[in-house]
Amino acid sequence: MNRLFEPIAPRPAPVRTEGLLPWLRTNLFGDPLSIIVTLGFGALAIYWLPPLFSWLISQAIFQADADLCQKARGVGACWGVVTEKYRLIVFGRYPYEQHWRPELATSLLVALLVASCVQAFWKKWLIGVWVVVVGAFFVLMRGGPFGLEVVTSDLWGGLPLTIMLAAFSIVLAFPLSILIALGRRSDLPAIRSLCIVYVELIRGVPLISVLFMASFLFPLFMPVGKSPDVLVRVLAGITLFAAAYLAETVRGGLQAIPKGQIEAAQSLGMTYWQTQRKIVLPQALAIVVPGVMNNFIAIFKDTSLVTIVSLYELTGALGLALNSDANWRPFKIEAYLFITLIYFVFCFAMSRYSLWIEKRVSVSKTR
Amino acid sequence: MPSQRTPQRARRTWRSESFRGLIYQVLALLAVGFAIGYLANNTVANMAARGIQSGFGFLTQPAGFDIGESVIAYQSLDPYWKAFLVGLLNTLRVALVGIVFATVLGALLGIGRFSKNALVRGLCYGYVEIFRNVPVLLQLFMWYLVFTEFLPPIFDPVSIGGLFFLSKNGFSFPVPVWSTGQALAGLGALIGLFIAVVYRRMVRRQFELTGQMRSMLLVPGTIILTMAIGGWLAGGAPNDWSIPKPEGFVMQGGASATPEFLALLLGLVLYTSAFIAEVVRSGIASVSHGQVEAAQSLGLSQAHSMRLVILPQSLRVIIPPMTSQYLNITKNSSLAVSIGYPDIVSIANTGLNQTGRAVECIAVIMAVYLTVSLSTSAFMNWYNKRAAIKER
Repeated sequence: MNRLFEPIAPRPAPVRTEGLLPWLRTNLFGDPLSIIVTLGFGALAIYWLPPLFSWLISQAIFQADADLCQKARGVGACWGVVTEKYRLIVFGRYPYEQHWRPELATSLLVALLVASCVQAFWKKWLIGVWVVVVGAFFVLMRGGPFGLEVVTSDLWGGLPLTIMLAAFSIVLAFPLSILIALGRRSDLPAIRSLCIVYVELIRGVPLISVLFMASFLFPLFMPVGKSPDVLVRVLAGITLFAAAYLAETVRGGLQAIPKGQIEAAQSLGMTYWQTQRKIVLPQALAIVVPGVMNNFIAIFKDTSLVTIVSLYELTGALGLALNSDANWRPFKIEAYLFITLIYFVFCFAMSRYSLWIEKRVSVSKTR
Repeated sequence: MPSQRTPQRARRTWRSESFRGLIYQVLALLAVGFAIGYLANNTVANMAARGIQSGFGFLTQPAGFDIGESVIAYQSLDPYWKAFLVGLLNTLRVALVGIVFATVLGALLGIGRFSKNALVRGLCYGYVEIFRNVPVLLQLFMWYLVFTEFLPPIFDPVSIGGLFFLSKNGFSFPVPVWSTGQALAGLGALIGLFIAVVYRRMVRRQFELTGQMRSMLLVPGTIILTMAIGGWLAGGAPNDWSIPKPEGFVMQGGASATPEFLALLLGLVLYTSAFIAEVVRSGIASVSHGQVEAAQSLGLSQAHSMRLVILPQSLRVIIPPMTSQYLNITKNSSLAVSIGYPDIVSIANTGLNQTGRAVECIAVIMAVYLTVSLSTSAFMNWYNKRAAIKER
């Protein structure tokens, strides 16, 4: 037998699964349905994108010229309305020459908010910094000392008011919400039911009814002739509202702490408050940071509602800037898109941060 | 026997935890009681100082204002309580329609996040991020602006097939003319539904006994449809439709939705569906991959493993946050006041401005929302219990 060496045929090279082309093949042209969908969206994009681009950018009017904008109606967007009115939209009725004050005050506040999001700064002295910055914020906004012209709070508006309402209400609501959350888990029936009633009552009604209460009822609740400023009342209303939602978030964190931790603390002879302060809260609050962030985003968006009770924050300031100006009123939609972008940038950044911190927290939990 | 003296428990001293607890509770209740008393006292004093009348007596007085749209018959001379009722029904109408649309759209978007096609995934992601990061009030304003500024006037409406018309005055659509035929069809469908439920029970029992599977959807569906059509035929098969017809400045026939309603509905649906999409996505993602693989290894088809394995497990995760989204849509419908849709808040606000009875009008608003919220969560809790794991 003549046994010849016969090599078997070489195996085909492995299919490339990485890189652009294989990605396109699996993700855009994986199966017939997928191909149809891709081609359908592609056709839509070819049909829609060029006109959208020309409306948004190439045919759009960027200079503040109402006549040019009128001519370009239907063809291109009128970003001129933003060029012309952005100071009014962003700062509301605040005196024009003094705009640097809310700008500086808000920048300080935003910088502090961002810094508060960095774990390295979660120290005791941060509270001190907060007190200083809040004081500086009010001095800058209100005026008075250092020869600053006094600007009463009914003239505050625009983005500074939005950020201020959101930041201060959440900061004020936070300690309150911890107390309520602890109360809801308390062994004392009277305190527990008070907290439950408060939380469920507030969560059962819309924010707008709380704001109506702040603007119509709070003046009645105060001693005769001593009603606080509408800004303070609305801030109090939003704070009470946020506290109920925040309390539920905090309670979620409290529930995640194993009972053994509390029992261990008790067996060391710690009192209730020592246990909460040194054992339970540090662990629980670290867990709820993403949740608190989501609450903050919700409150940030909800501040737009104060325009219904005549406080001119970002959304209200836009109406103020355009409604009385017949030249620019037709281009309100462009102005709306402008503040949509502002809200989106803030909220999107915060939700990214929330996701990131959530990942970090879960990393520290996995072993 | 050594005497085991139990230590005398100090009952009424500061060292007893239960006694301290009692003191704390009494103090808390007293504080709350005093606070409420103080506020009430101030309120009474303020009302006296400003000459505001109080009490719910105004509810029976004529309201004196017109309401743009109403489910029930209402005239401006009807009493306040009827105006509030109109507002409540308008709130419920927009909330219910909104919940249905938002659920469908949100579920589609949430499932779309798992698509094999990257474009679908990306578009669903982009939609969710854009719509949930912009305040709903701003979205409402924009939709209202689009509906009232960018649509053609009523004498030149956009027509879809001569049946649907869209203009600044709203959206008109054909409706069937109500007669006995439709009533009988409804009755037939109801009877069919009953038979279908009985049939399904029978099939399920047979499946559990013998393992034989029969159609659980097709046959019951056919039964319901046949009964409905039977009823419709028995009623003389009426097929009259009232079709809207533009005639100058009015739309003759058909039914229509006002631009306020449409703007509110669209704003609420688009905003909430972004949240619902996230709820659905996280619900589906919570079912571990092993479950899918186990279903496949048992030989279940794609549809069966979805219906029998994945959905029941993800529903448990989905229902509680879904409930709060439904409540959010109801509560957010109160933003109607900003675009002039006559919901309960906007009517109570009008009533407040007319009568000056702030306490009563705001109490009405809060009572309405609390009732809706609490009853919805009661219902959803009941449903959630049904869907929860049956633990041993």
